[in-house]
Amino acid sequence: MIGSIATAELLGLGPEIFGLFVAFGFMVGVFFGFFGMGGSFLVTPALLILGYPAPVAIGSSMAFVFGTAAIATMKHHDAGQVDYKLGALMFVGITVGIELGSRLVFGLEVLGIANVVVGVAYVLLLAAIGVLFTRSALDTDDGDEDDGGDADAGTDETGNDGEGAGDDADEVPAIARKIQSYEIPPMTTLADGSRASLWTISGVGGGVGLVSGFLGVGGGFVRMPAIYYVIGTSLAAAVGTSLFGGLMSGAVGAFTYGRAGVIDLGIVTALLTGSALGARIGSSATAYVDEDDVTIYFGLMLLVASAAVGIGELSAWLSMPVLDRLSFVLLIGSALLVCAVILYHGALAVRRTRGVPGSPQRGE
Amino acid sequence: MTGTELLAGASPSVQALAVIGVVLLEAIALYVGYGAVEEAVGPAVLDRLANGR
Repeated sequence: MIGSIATAELLGLGPEIFGLFVAFGFMVGVFFGFFGMGGSFLVTPALLILGYPAPVAIGSSMAFVFGTAAIATMKHHDAGQVDYKLGALMFVGITVGIELGSRLVFGLEVLGIANVVVGVAYVLLLAAIGVLFTRSALDTDDGDEDDGGDADAGTDETGNDGEGAGDDADEVPAIARKIQSYEIPPMTTLADGSRASLWTISGVGGGVGLVSGFLGVGGGFVRMPAIYYVIGTSLAAAVGTSLFGGLMSGAVGAFTYGRAGVIDLGIVTALLTGSALGARIGSSATAYVDEDDVTIYFGLMLLVASAAVGIGELSAWLSMPVLDRLSFVLLIGSALLVCAVILYHGALAVRRTRGVPGSPQRGE
Repeated sequence: MTGTELLAGASPSVQALAVIGVVLLEAIALYVGYGAVEEAVGPAVLDRLANGR
C-alpha cells in the first residue's frame, strides 16, 4: 500500500490518474494490436482534453510511441520483417522533419495558439481517418470482399505476421515500381534487392517526421503506406520497417521534447504498462475476429474522437468547463465501447472456433 | 515527473537520453514480462473462454 502510493508519487501522478492512464493505455494497446494503429493519435488529444499543455501532451505521446514501437519492432525483428538499412536511411529525413514540426509547435506555443492549432489539426486528422475507415467498412458490407486492398495495407502494422496481406504480401505495387523507374541518383539497394532513390527515401522520412513532430503521433498510418506505395517494398517489409521508423520517430521526438523537459514519465509509464498488455490481446484477437466486423466501430470511434477534440477546443474558447467534461467522456467512452466490442467478438470467436473442433479460423 | 529529475544537473541532452533509456528499459521489461505471462496463462485463458467456464 505504502509502496504503491510511493510509486505513484515518485512518478508524479496520483493513483487514480495513474490507473486511468493504465486503462486508457490498455484500450489504445488493443486498438494498436488489432488494427495496427490508433495509438498516439488518441493519446495526444486525451492529454490535451485533460488540460496538459501541447508540448507536454506531444512530448509524452512521442515517448509513448517510442516505447510502443520498440515492443512491436522486437516482435517483427523475430519474424525477420524489418529492413534496417531502409529504416536507417529514413532516419535523417525523419530527424529533420520532427525538428521542424517541434519548432513549429514551440513557435505556436510562444504565440499562445499551439493548443488551438494542434487541436484543430487533430479534429481534421481524426475525421479524415474516421471517414476512411467507415467508408472502407461500408464498402465491405456492400459485398466487396476484395482483400489485400488499401484498407488492409493500412491497418496491419502489428505482430500479425502479414495477416490480411493476402497473396500480395511479396508484391511491390505498380505505383511504387513507376516511382522506382525514375532513377534519380544517388540510388540505393534495399534489403529485398529492389532499388530506390535516396531522395524518395528522405522525402518520405521528412514528410512523416514533420507530421510526427507537429502532432506527436508515430505516423504509422502515413509511414507504412508511404514505404509501401512510394519507396516500394513488400507489404511485410513495409509493416516491419514502418515500426522501426516509428521507433526512430519516437526516439527523435522524445529526445527533442525531452531536452525541453516536457515529457511526463508518469504518464508514459502508465500508458505503456496498459498498452503492452492490450497490444498482446488485440494482436491475438486478430487470429479469431474478422476485422470487417469491428472496423466500422473503429471508424465511428475516430469520428466521435474528432468531435470530442472539437468540443474540447470549444470549451476553452467559450470558457465552459462542462464541454470539457463532455469531450473527455466522449473520447474515453467511445474508445471503451470499441475496445469492449473487440474483446466481446474475440471471446465469442474463441468459443466458436476452439469450442468446436475443426471449426475454421480467420484467414483459413 | 519530467525526467529532468533523473540526472539533476546534467545537460538537457543527457537528461533527454536518460528519459529515452528509461522508456526503452520499460518497454523491454514489459515485452519480456507480458510474454512470460502470456505463455504461462494464455492457453488456460483460451480454454476457459472456449468452454465458457
